[in-house]
Amino acid sequence: METGFLPRGRFQGLLDALHRAGYRCFGPQVRDGAIVYAAVSASEDLPQGMRDHQSPGYYRLERTSSLRYFGWANGPQALKPLVFAPHEVLWRARRLPDGGIEFSTEPPSTDKLAVIGVRACDLAALALQDRHFLAAPQSDPHYAARRARLFVVAVHCSDPSDTCFCVSTGDGPQASAGFDLALSELDDGFLVESGTALGAGVAAALELEVVSAEARAAAARQIEAARERQHRRLPSRNLRAALFANLEHPRWEDVAGRCLACGNCTSVCPTCFCHAGIESPGLSGETSMHARAWDSCFTQGHSYINSVTVRSDTRARYRQWLTHKLGSWHEQFGRSGCVGCGRCISWCPVGIDITEEAGAVCAGAADE
Amino acid sequence: MNELLLPHEAEVVERVNESPTIFTLRLQFCDQSKHARYRFTPGQFNMLYLYGVGEVPISVVSDPQDDTLFDHTIRAVGRVTRGLAQLRVGDRLGIRGPYGHGWPLREAEGRDVLIITGGLGCAPAVSVINYVTRRRQHFGELVIVQGVKHADDLIWAERYRRWSTLEHTQVLVAADVGNTLWPWHVGRVTDLFSQMHIDPRKTIVMMCGPEGMMRIAVDRLRERGIDDSAMWLSMERSMQCAVGRCGHCQFGGKFVCRDGPVFNYAEIKVLLSVRGI
Repeated sequence: METGFLPRGRFQGLLDALHRAGYRCFGPQVRDGAIVYAAVSASEDLPQGMRDHQSPGYYRLERTSSLRYFGWANGPQALKPLVFAPHEVLWRARRLPDGGIEFSTEPPSTDKLAVIGVRACDLAALALQDRHFLAAPQSDPHYAARRARLFVVAVHCSDPSDTCFCVSTGDGPQASAGFDLALSELDDGFLVESGTALGAGVAAALELEVVSAEARAAAARQIEAARERQHRRLPSRNLRAALFANLEHPRWEDVAGRCLACGNCTSVCPTCFCHAGIESPGLSGETSMHARAWDSCFTQGHSYINSVTVRSDTRARYRQWLTHKLGSWHEQFGRSGCVGCGRCISWCPVGIDITEEAGAVCAGAADE
Repeated sequence: MNELLLPHEAEVVERVNESPTIFTLRLQFCDQSKHARYRFTPGQFNMLYLYGVGEVPISVVSDPQDDTLFDHTIRAVGRVTRGLAQLRVGDRLGIRGPYGHGWPLREAEGRDVLIITGGLGCAPAVSVINYVTRRRQHFGELVIVQGVKHADDLIWAERYRRWSTLEHTQVLVAADVGNTLWPWHVGRVTDLFSQMHIDPRKTIVMMCGPEGMMRIAVDRLRERGIDDSAMWLSMERSMQCAVGRCGHCQFGGKFVCRDGPVFNYAEIKVLLSVRGI
């Protein structure tokens, strides 16, 4: 629901309102040459004037004279680490003097967190992670706690990169759901919409101005331009049948010859959910900690069982990743696991392009 | 609700050496009320936690009606199982479970039951065999087929001998490599398939073992006229969470821990024929 216009000079008011409502704010910042989400307290922390250049295996930032805070496409980090932590202690075991073992749960993190600058692709990914970690009969307590504390300020994407294809997956560039507040950034300020009562409450404290017809038209034009700028696409939104009919396609061997099996794609993917159980015994021998940590289907250990590695080569591992992401997700979650963010393309050290590989394996697959 | 993945303390009440590398732990939860509430069906598994080392999924082999102890038969093959092999009576470990879907016992009622296992694949099937032999009037013929690589790998030889003396029960055992005094067949277990006394139209098949063995067995059974939907396979993949979240056990779109480990063959036949899935 559109609520009003926030002039650029008063953007700090949004951060202050969130702080007053008890939230720690996370927003985009430049770190080590890339835009990532980190704690922000002042609007000066935001990457004003920064724009990105991305292509397969390539990501660079450039400083421009633009006044905009959000004139860039996503960096490597999605919302994923904020809800599905890269490393999370699940429980601890304590060895008692009589030989017994005492188990105790680790309380999940509950501090309130507002994230500013979330893109439509990452909101779609968040909805998918919710479906995985919050599914009945028992939702994951650690994910649920991190998720419940989250306040999302989306920003409709005005500057997709060369690697983006959210139009093709149907997830962007405009955020349509899953946010508390959503912003359209214009040169002189922001159109503010609320998506939840919580968001409306924060917006009410901002003393927003009336949105002019020109501003509304400029925001719409911006989204349309972002849509038109994207040129990559997947052959179809549902490639399940096409992929599973082509499990022995020669392209798997071809891509395996280029893929380094480094797992960058799975780390930057906003929907990849694989994780490993990690046991860390304390030095004293009296306690041991059981955690989970992100894992990747590109590792040898991922499919290791009883001294056998089921997916013993890169061909099988790349095939697993792609057939899962674009194929078996439909069976598991009712849609593809790809939201078109393009991160796996930019951050692949050898520039493998998921849209190109899917296109080669599924040549001829039609949109449904 | 934070206890979703939390193990419960259990004690080793008895330990049985089955072979130089295979052993059985007979367990009891330390919390009596937890033990009293614990129920499983044949074919399900538990996550066993060895203090300071980690967790491993192991099927339950004992009879679900036995409420005194529950048993796990384990081969010492990896980091956790080699550690579990060191446990002695009175030692403690962590248990969470049971997980997954077990064997189709209700569907099997009134039918001939054919159980085909290879190697330690016999463990998840033992509880079914016991289940059938104790409720003999509810089932037709029982045919038990077990293959091992080497005669020395066969555990529970005494049980196979005992089962072979029961009425309406046929036991066929084979070892690729025999030894002196080996009373059964030397060669492939599938060599024995022609001897099975089954009526393909009323037979239900339950299989557990190496995938290569199961693939060949399925082909031979289809030749004999057994319908795809009458064959059930217990699948094995890496499992770390056991609740369908960690992603390791994926077999196409299935999570083996949650959707299996026992699957109807018709559901998985496309995937079973592909290597490296």
